[in-house]
Amino acid sequence: MAFEVNGVTYETDEDGYLANIDQWNEDAAKWLAEDEGVDMSESHWEVVNFLREYYEEYRIAPMIRILTKAIGKKLGKEKGNTKYLYELYPGGPAKQACKIAGLPKPTGCV
Amino acid sequence: MVDKIETPELTGEIKIPKIEPGATSHYRPNQASEKHNNNLGFPGTRVENWQEKSIEKMDDLLSKYKSLLVYLDSCVRCGSCADKCHYFLGTKDPNNMPVARQELMRKVYRKNFTVGGSLFPVLSGAEDLTEDVMTEWYSYFHQCSQCRRCSVYCPYGIDTAEISMAAREIMDTAGIGQKYCNEILGKVMDVGNNLGLTKPALANTLEFLEEDVEEETGVPVKFPLDQEGADVLLIAPSADFFSTPHIEGFMGYAKVFHEAGISWTVSSYASEFANFGMFIGNYETMQKVATRIKDAARELKVKRVIVGECGHAWRVAYSFWNTLIGPFDFLDKKYKNPTHICEFTLELLDRDAIKVDLTANDNRVVTFHDSCNVSRGSRMGDSSGGQFEIPRKLIKKVCGNFVEMDSETIRELTFCCGGGGGLLTDELIELRVQGALPRAEALHEVMKERGVNTMAMICAICKAQFTKVLPSYGIDMEVVASLHQLVSDAIVLKGKVGV
Repeated sequence: MAFEVNGVTYETDEDGYLANIDQWNEDAAKWLAEDEGVDMSESHWEVVNFLREYYEEYRIAPMIRILTKAIGKKLGKEKGNTKYLYELYPGGPAKQACKIAGLPKPTGCV
Repeated sequence: MVDKIETPELTGEIKIPKIEPGATSHYRPNQASEKHNNNLGFPGTRVENWQEKSIEKMDDLLSKYKSLLVYLDSCVRCGSCADKCHYFLGTKDPNNMPVARQELMRKVYRKNFTVGGSLFPVLSGAEDLTEDVMTEWYSYFHQCSQCRRCSVYCPYGIDTAEISMAAREIMDTAGIGQKYCNEILGKVMDVGNNLGLTKPALANTLEFLEEDVEEETGVPVKFPLDQEGADVLLIAPSADFFSTPHIEGFMGYAKVFHEAGISWTVSSYASEFANFGMFIGNYETMQKVATRIKDAARELKVKRVIVGECGHAWRVAYSFWNTLIGPFDFLDKKYKNPTHICEFTLELLDRDAIKVDLTANDNRVVTFHDSCNVSRGSRMGDSSGGQFEIPRKLIKKVCGNFVEMDSETIRELTFCCGGGGGLLTDELIELRVQGALPRAEALHEVMKERGVNTMAMICAICKAQFTKVLPSYGIDMEVVASLHQLVSDAIVLKGKVGV
């Protein structure tokens, strides 16, 4: 599967995650977000940026608690919880936000 | 996405639906890629002579597992199982009646392995493994969570789980693998866990938890990794390092070890308790996954192995480890190996080795969801029914308000969460939502009538599945809790600031 934005083709796997993480850019993220029905606000981008930074170092998405804490630090303590993350990404911060951030799909009992 | 799914309505009782033939014939999990199949030693893609290979494999399994032969021969179609499957109740598709699911294999068995079936196929309901039959197999053997509820009601004890495991093994042998299970098993072989959590990521996660718990409690609870010579090797499902409410349970284990003063460690090599080798019915894969745990225990020179909250893995550990990777004679014989974390914590509480403050959970009214593989595929502790009593006793020790759900939905009659058996994958989300219907009914009733606000459980799949699907039924995901999360909230840490 694939999609195209501004003349660039992005390959995806059967679940719609980017096949090649290095191809990720804001265009791709915006397309993926729209496809998921997510309207990207500044807070949404904070999550995406943190996921990408963490992935850069550890080659995997962070545990949800690490993510909520980081978001709490950036956006205010009242937003550092799972509920807020689900408000941003109703499809789940681990799966939907990872998809928009271009990360591979987390596997296992998650 | 969840909001597009047709969610069955809660009616206040678990009803037998009017059948809708073929309602879910289009539900199919994604197929494994060449790489994922090859990782496990299966052909990468469907082999040219797939029918011949499949029948050969069926022959092999029938000679290896007499149980399978008995199950295929002994059904009298009494119908006792027909309305016992959560997927049938939730999807209305008659192929999800266990007898019909079994029939998908039985008809091929009759054609190829019985005299009557080969001579008079029409009279005896025998059929070749055609393309159409294989399509049905792939669809409906991936709509069985191998929970074995039907087998409790079967007068002959026919185990549909074993038939569905055999079917998946046959399909894998023919190069028709399921992506979710096979990809994950490859990750366990490569990295050590289902998630693909590398050692640096695991170390970072554990360090984070140390800081987090200390910040919250003022007590330096340790989360050790690869610590040689620790007393205990703790094997947890890797979801315990990643998701909510799994992590909260994992923090509970750590606090218990801390308070009991028992040294413990996690292994980066064997950082997974789950064993999806069972779901695909492949003995060799199951053995390889389990062997990592034995090797880690030896390497780290621990005295005992304690395992975390994971349902099917407890079946593998309790019922199969001894044959797969035993004996554990290199461990300290004073201890039961493996020990379930619930058994371990309850024993400490019984002899007052750790203290709890029940009032910490006063805000909760708790019910317990029995996980299928713990209930019907294992035992716990020293007496019959321990797998039911130990978790309940533990809950009552840490929380004052406990309520049971309908008696036909608990203990050995428990309903699967709807995501077990290797079906916890996004493309099967409709099946997962519909399969959770019976449990959602029973839970909703005690929430409404008895004020239940927490459903505790001891399985990583159940936790992930319910968190995802209960909101479709209007039930908040925060109702879902790890049993050791309740322990974590109630345990009194010596030196805890402010208590």
